[in-house]
Amino acid sequence: MTNLLVVEYLPILIFLAISVAISAIMVGASFLVAKQNPDPEKVSAFECGFEAFDDARRKFDVRFYLVSILFIIFDLEVAFLFPWAVSLGDIGMFGFWSMVVFLGILTVGFIYEWKKGALEWE
Amino acid sequence: MIVQGLAFYMFAAILVASAVMVISARNPVHSVLFLILSFFNAAGLFILIGAEFVAMILVIVYVGAVAVLFLFVVMMLDIDFRALRSGLLRYLPIGGTVGLILLVELAVVLGAWAVAPEATTGVAAPLPPPEITNTRAIGQLIYTQYVYLFQASGLILFIAMIGAIVLTLREREGVRRQNITRQVSRRREEVVAVRKVPTRGGV
Repeated sequence: MTNLLVVEYLPILIFLAISVAISAIMVGASFLVAKQNPDPEKVSAFECGFEAFDDARRKFDVRFYLVSILFIIFDLEVAFLFPWAVSLGDIGMFGFWSMVVFLGILTVGFIYEWKKGALEWE
Repeated sequence: MIVQGLAFYMFAAILVASAVMVISARNPVHSVLFLILSFFNAAGLFILIGAEFVAMILVIVYVGAVAVLFLFVVMMLDIDFRALRSGLLRYLPIGGTVGLILLVELAVVLGAWAVAPEATTGVAAPLPPPEITNTRAIGQLIYTQYVYLFQASGLILFIAMIGAIVLTLREREGVRRQNITRQVSRRREEVVAVRKVPTRGGV
């Protein structure tokens, strides 16, 4: 089982190794070859001609947060769909309809948020 | 086998290193990014022990959604993390002692841990044969045998959706929204009027 797994995932591992090597070479080469001559003006944040006003971190609207929570909920719903799709041949009509009921509950929630205007931006 | 061993040590080393960076990075945004890196490495470890489904969920849910939520929280709370960190040296002895006690407790628990012989016979479903992937094995169980729990999880997601909307959505007054139905259904007669204006008379 684990041996089979290694065979299946070996291409991904090779991809991973190649991408790590290439990115290390790119960053490392530019670090080694390029001329390094920093001074405070060069390394300070550049903001189109004027001094930086303040930190980049600032409070923003809570509605971004709402969008991401709604995204997580539908993300979990999709996570439930994966094993269902893989084993649909084994679980028969009952499994099919149980997923349809599950999706129906979440569709009710989706209609609620649509009608409530949670997806709208003003 | 040697590939597996090498991959394990690579994932484990990067996981531990990035977990240390999560708590020691100066910039909280960098902490969250290191957290994402450690999630990826944990997914690699899960794949190595054969738990593909858990690895996939880790990447989809944790990296895709939860980490984004963490980033939002870090960005939204306007906390001066340098001020929070200033008492580090003062609290280090107490915190270190508590951590050490927890570590010892964990070691004691794990040292005396053994699988009970009746555990494998008392499971609700037989262990799947090794040629069935565990995504498929989970799928064969949760939609039929555990259908009530599955529907309950659907209801929990539903409640979470409504709760998020109730808590964070607020209506604003005086905002002009585009209403496409009204735009399209306007008639020429309602909005355009032709008037005869006498010379020097004005409207």
